[in-house]
Amino acid sequence: MSTSETTVLLDRPARISSRLLRSELRLVFTRRRNVAILAVLACAPVLLGIAIKLGSHNGRGGGGPAFIGQITQNGLFLAFTSLVVTLPLFLPLAVAVVAGESIAGEASIGTLRSLLVVPVNRSRLLAIKLAAIVSYAAAAAAVVAAAGVLVGFALFPTGPVTLLSGSVISLGTALLRVALVALYVAAMLAGVAAIGLFVSTLTEVPLAAMATTAIAVVTVEILDAIPQIDAIHPWLLTNWWLAFGDLLRDPVALDQMTHGLLVDAAYIVVFGTLAWARLTTRDVTS
Amino acid sequence: MTQLPQARPSPAAPSDTAVAAAAITARGLTKRFPGGQVAVDHIDLQVPLGSVFGFLGPNGSGKTTTIRMLLGLIAPTEGNHDVLGSPMPHGAAQVLPRVGALVEGPAFYPYLSGRANLARLDAADRTVNPRSSTARIHESLERVGLSAAAGKRYRNYSLGMRQRLGLAAALLRPRDLLVLDEPTNGLDPQGTREVRALIRELAADGSTIFLSSHLLPEVEQVCSHVGVMSRGRLISQGTLDELRGAASTRVRVVTGQPQEAATVLAGLGLAVSGTGPDHVAAALGETESERVTEALVRAGVGVRELVVERPDLEDVFVSLTGEGFDVDQ
Repeated sequence: MSTSETTVLLDRPARISSRLLRSELRLVFTRRRNVAILAVLACAPVLLGIAIKLGSHNGRGGGGPAFIGQITQNGLFLAFTSLVVTLPLFLPLAVAVVAGESIAGEASIGTLRSLLVVPVNRSRLLAIKLAAIVSYAAAAAAVVAAAGVLVGFALFPTGPVTLLSGSVISLGTALLRVALVALYVAAMLAGVAAIGLFVSTLTEVPLAAMATTAIAVVTVEILDAIPQIDAIHPWLLTNWWLAFGDLLRDPVALDQMTHGLLVDAAYIVVFGTLAWARLTTRDVTS
Repeated sequence: MTQLPQARPSPAAPSDTAVAAAAITARGLTKRFPGGQVAVDHIDLQVPLGSVFGFLGPNGSGKTTTIRMLLGLIAPTEGNHDVLGSPMPHGAAQVLPRVGALVEGPAFYPYLSGRANLARLDAADRTVNPRSSTARIHESLERVGLSAAAGKRYRNYSLGMRQRLGLAAALLRPRDLLVLDEPTNGLDPQGTREVRALIRELAADGSTIFLSSHLLPEVEQVCSHVGVMSRGRLISQGTLDELRGAASTRVRVVTGQPQEAATVLAGLGLAVSGTGPDHVAAALGETESERVTEALVRAGVGVRELVVERPDLEDVFVSLTGEGFDVDQ
């Protein structure tokens, strides 16, 4: 190492530097609003768990979202149910907030120009922003899953888990499945992140970008619910979101999730490219 | 690829081989906004290395748009420019680290402290040593007199403190060129003096300074060179003295015989611009004032007072932009 603490300039620019990425992650994860959103997401399993606990005492176990019946047998299923419940709206909304903020937020307070004249390459800035949003999406999925596991264990019986296919796996293996489900959910939310990032390059008003992203997701979900246009359903991101249920079978059925991941990757490529095309040619006048 | 050159003790100096007599060269730089409005109209800018260049013009004359183009924030519609000898925006990655900029007022994250804001910008710079970051941030805050408020959130800063933080960001590392857009905006007189002193200090250290301002006294006090913008056009540029010389020096004679005095002045080839009951005024041009005195005395004109009025920058500015009033009245 030839750089002492008194050296100001590096011999040559750092080819790979994680400083800005770390700074971005710090910015996203220490922002009070973003932390509050994660806290609210953690409340979902609590409410759900309490509701089911009360409901089971009243003997009303049937109906409701997927896996809800299994929760009273094994608390671990609360994690899955919580993800199923938060995935249509709460999780995409959380991602939309952070993604909408990403470029539009910097533009609205003028820090976009400060960063660009440092200089930060525009493509690099986008890549870092996307990485930070996806990290936040992963954290959001992880928070819901972890809170689900903890509340489930606190309120319901634990032990070896009976899968949907009928086979029984150990608690340790089941926890690994929970982690994989959270990872799949995070990957699905990365598609939302890419959409949000693109929208965020279009405006200097972060709230508009957040709202537009959320509306885009809800619109896709509505299209996904109309059977008359089922021809386009395989191309809709949300169509594959709940495919993670296949991780609760033995052996794990991969084809649905593979499909989902491919569609998701396509969304990331398309909207990532659009965001890139927009930001690299945009006049920064804010 | 793996070979590391020796550590360089001093900041990057402009290389000897590059044709780098100018810190900034713009050729026909033009910005037409989508609405059709021409914000900057074919400007040819020459900012000499080592100068303190005052970029003068009223608000809305295209100064900030020009600065945005120079730094690569917006793309010119026509024309091109070099910064520190490299064509932009191609050379941005190499050149911009050597350029400290404060564009259109300070811009920071309101929910971060001053120090954290500087750390964020420093983290974005891939050419500086991360290990010296804390020391450099401390030093630049000290330099702008913001150490005491470094831990306060930016949201709670006064306009003057915000401006200082903007300057601190430009001083996070040694710079060859500083582009400062209205740096004394919002500062109290004391702060203004401090910032001007800082600019002189930076210039003395060898940095070229490109200072945009709508304040004539500011430019007159700190700048060696001036470029005058008006309605998107660069209508004049040069050293401060050259620019002052562009407007003619005037002579004003207070006398009891203004008619006779006017005749004498006209006889010397001076353009008489006005006479009154007890005075006559004329453009002096290249004529020496001694000759005027001599001719008046020879013609028997009683001279009570003879004043040579050197134009101040305001007169030049008014005569160049055509904005304002008839100075003679």
